[in-house]
Amino acid sequence: MNSSGLLSSAEAVTINVAAFAFTMAIFGVYVAALGHNPVDVYYVLYLGSFARQISIESTLTNAAPLMLTALCTAIPARAGLLVIGGEGALVVGGVATVLAGVALGDAPFLPGVAMMCLAGALAGGTWIGLVGALRQYRGVNETISSLLLNYIAIALMYHLITGPIRDWERVLKTSSWSIPESLRVGEMEFIGVHWGLAAGVSVCLILYVIMRRTTFGFGVDILGGNPRAAQMAGLPINRMVILCCFIGGAMAGIGGAFEVMAVHGFASESLAVGFGYAGILVAFLSRQNPAAIIVLAILLGGITASGGLLQRRFDLPDATTQVLQGLLFMVVLASNAAYGRLSVFQPASWRTA
Amino acid sequence: MTDLPNLDFPPPPEVEIWKLTKHFGAFTALDDVSFKIDPGSFHALLGENGAGKSTLVKCLMGSYRADGGSILIDGKETVITSPRQAQQQGLGMVYQHFTLIPSMTVAENLILGEPDLPQVMNWAKARASLTAFMAKMPFKLDLDRLVSSLSAGEKQKLEILKQLRLGSRFLILDEPTSVLTPDEADQILGLMRRLTDEKRISVVLISHKLREVESYADEVTVLRQGKHAGQGRVAELNRSDMVRMMVGDEPSTTSSTRDTAGNGAVVLALQGLGVENDKGLPAVRSLDLAVRSGEIVGIAGISGNGQTELVEVLAGQRALLAGALEVSGKPYYRTRSEMRTHRVKLLPEAPLQNACVRGMSVAENLSLRLYDEPPMSLAGFWLNRAAMRDRASKLIGQFRIKTQGPDAPIETLSGGNVQRTVLARELADGAALLIVQNPCFGLDLKAVAEIRQRILDTRNAGGAVLLLSEDLDEIMELSDRILVMSEGQIVYETTRAAAKVQDIGHHMAKRDI
Repeated sequence: MNSSGLLSSAEAVTINVAAFAFTMAIFGVYVAALGHNPVDVYYVLYLGSFARQISIESTLTNAAPLMLTALCTAIPARAGLLVIGGEGALVVGGVATVLAGVALGDAPFLPGVAMMCLAGALAGGTWIGLVGALRQYRGVNETISSLLLNYIAIALMYHLITGPIRDWERVLKTSSWSIPESLRVGEMEFIGVHWGLAAGVSVCLILYVIMRRTTFGFGVDILGGNPRAAQMAGLPINRMVILCCFIGGAMAGIGGAFEVMAVHGFASESLAVGFGYAGILVAFLSRQNPAAIIVLAILLGGITASGGLLQRRFDLPDATTQVLQGLLFMVVLASNAAYGRLSVFQPASWRTA
Repeated sequence: MTDLPNLDFPPPPEVEIWKLTKHFGAFTALDDVSFKIDPGSFHALLGENGAGKSTLVKCLMGSYRADGGSILIDGKETVITSPRQAQQQGLGMVYQHFTLIPSMTVAENLILGEPDLPQVMNWAKARASLTAFMAKMPFKLDLDRLVSSLSAGEKQKLEILKQLRLGSRFLILDEPTSVLTPDEADQILGLMRRLTDEKRISVVLISHKLREVESYADEVTVLRQGKHAGQGRVAELNRSDMVRMMVGDEPSTTSSTRDTAGNGAVVLALQGLGVENDKGLPAVRSLDLAVRSGEIVGIAGISGNGQTELVEVLAGQRALLAGALEVSGKPYYRTRSEMRTHRVKLLPEAPLQNACVRGMSVAENLSLRLYDEPPMSLAGFWLNRAAMRDRASKLIGQFRIKTQGPDAPIETLSGGNVQRTVLARELADGAALLIVQNPCFGLDLKAVAEIRQRILDTRNAGGAVLLLSEDLDEIMELSDRILVMSEGQIVYETTRAAAKVQDIGHHMAKRDI
């Protein structure tokens, strides 16, 4: 590992820890204004996220889809795009998984699950790949188009689950057909968390290696670092952008696949509960580094997991954890301005003139 | 024409510049320049791009602090630290690009520049004062018109009115006519001339258009490579005197070892090339060009005549609108594999912005061309960073790049060393076609000599070299054939033996003749 890599990691850790501490301080002011002792609230946050086996399991269950949706922002971001379409990619991935699962019927377990993951990945990948293609060939801003595609994806899902693929037997909750019980994915042997976590951790690590150690990852870094240099080096920019978008979307699509296969068993409004948006936050916190995404998704998963307990204990409004997430997002975005300004981390400042 | 109304201003100041010097790192932008501008004179500041004209006026306006020398206003030594302070001394500048707000009216734009705007505007009072002001002005504009509806000439007038309203009696006009039609230019410069004739203001006109200088200025100062290259009354100088001052005397070509120019095969061929600039205006118009192996073709020209766009097209950074682009007899689509087969290499201007990745190390930047080839990659997929570093260390030694090591971020290098890094990357395995733009801009003499030698070596090794430069001396020193580019076209061609600086200079300024 070279020194500049270590330095920038140290810089990222310092800035993020400071941003997190600052966010907690503001959140403390918020709960104090609601008449609670901030220290008690922090303690309950800890209780609900990391204190006990059951809270850790809940944290990790929330973290699994976050890892996958974070990649949907992080991988295109390495090529210089700001894609925020993780929510939509997760939803279309989930719907495609349902369709694949129902079509597969009584297929054997492993091939069946593989096919369903593939369906989710293809759907999510195509969805975000479209964002990349629109940008490269039509000049459409990728942030706007991916945001709008989120709404389209959710509307498409509502259309399908209220009509064409609605399960009319389930009266209390509008939902799609269910995938066969034989194709449901369960929990891992050693911990009460579904296999989506293992999938999330593995793809994060695989993508970390790809981005860091392969010529493809190096080319993407050139493109993200300076598109003009990439053009001058003759890199196939259109193809690379669309591929990065496809990979990102495919990961969010797999996130949707596991939400269906392991959590719900069908597609419903429960797919679009904000994992995609929280994933953007995770991607930014990790500075688009796939390995760092694992850690930060667990942190954010913890905040989500402790939400219920927090609300019950203190009778806080439902939106409290969203306030915390929103604050964290704002502070992290603002703290991005600090990169490159802390002279300790600038080798240039060590240079003797 | 009626008499000009009285402006009620105190007379313009006498401004003297004394031994002004400004360095940027090792580069001397302004070297011991002295001259004086009498009150009420129309003074032209001539020079090629990079001659130091902008640096000089930025020192005068307080945007830069000079490293040496001083500025005397009415005989008193004055240290100008900010544009606001320059304003208080009565110095004002009209920039090359408009600084108006298009969505606001003329009145609002005039008020905007005032130093002490109240929090709440008293528009009635402001309007009364503006109307009174306008009545005294040599040119009129409707106060209620939106700036976006004004023509370029009217906008330029508004910029000048803004300065007069602020009480500027010493106006610096930075290439004020570059966006105007000839008629508009004549009108504005004519009015400025009348104001100076009546000793109401002094004008410094920055330009490289000789015609404007000849028709309107009464004195001229010429800068060349940061130095004072000549001065005189316009009436006593003819055009070739001024050209000679601008571009220097016929250079005594210090021919580095140079094999005879080969009549090799055509390597780069452009036919009817058409390219647009960022604004969608034609930048290169049906341009034909051929570069043979073993020759350096130099393209001279004042910047902004399509050179950058031409290089960008060849680099794959800009779309080709019309025409054919061929390398070694085959259509060239600027893909990575073509670049590799034909060994097309590029050294664009501003290499840090155009050819390097800022966040990456020297080693990584040295590998942009070959990272997907063995030994730096296995099977074109797996990256071998150790091999990358080894090769970088070798190149750093070979091209004498001053860096803390291969892992240092490219941004920590000086401009000359960034240039050397790109040169090392591009020339490490030789080049069949080398495209170079302003390779020595802002470098010290040693680096300049070294880089020029590398370019010559490439030619002597049978490479075809296309050199675009704003530095005429450089073109004269290196080129086998010299072309002049103006308004996106080649307007003049000559050989090394027949080249005369004066002829080339005239054609560079062709649009004025």
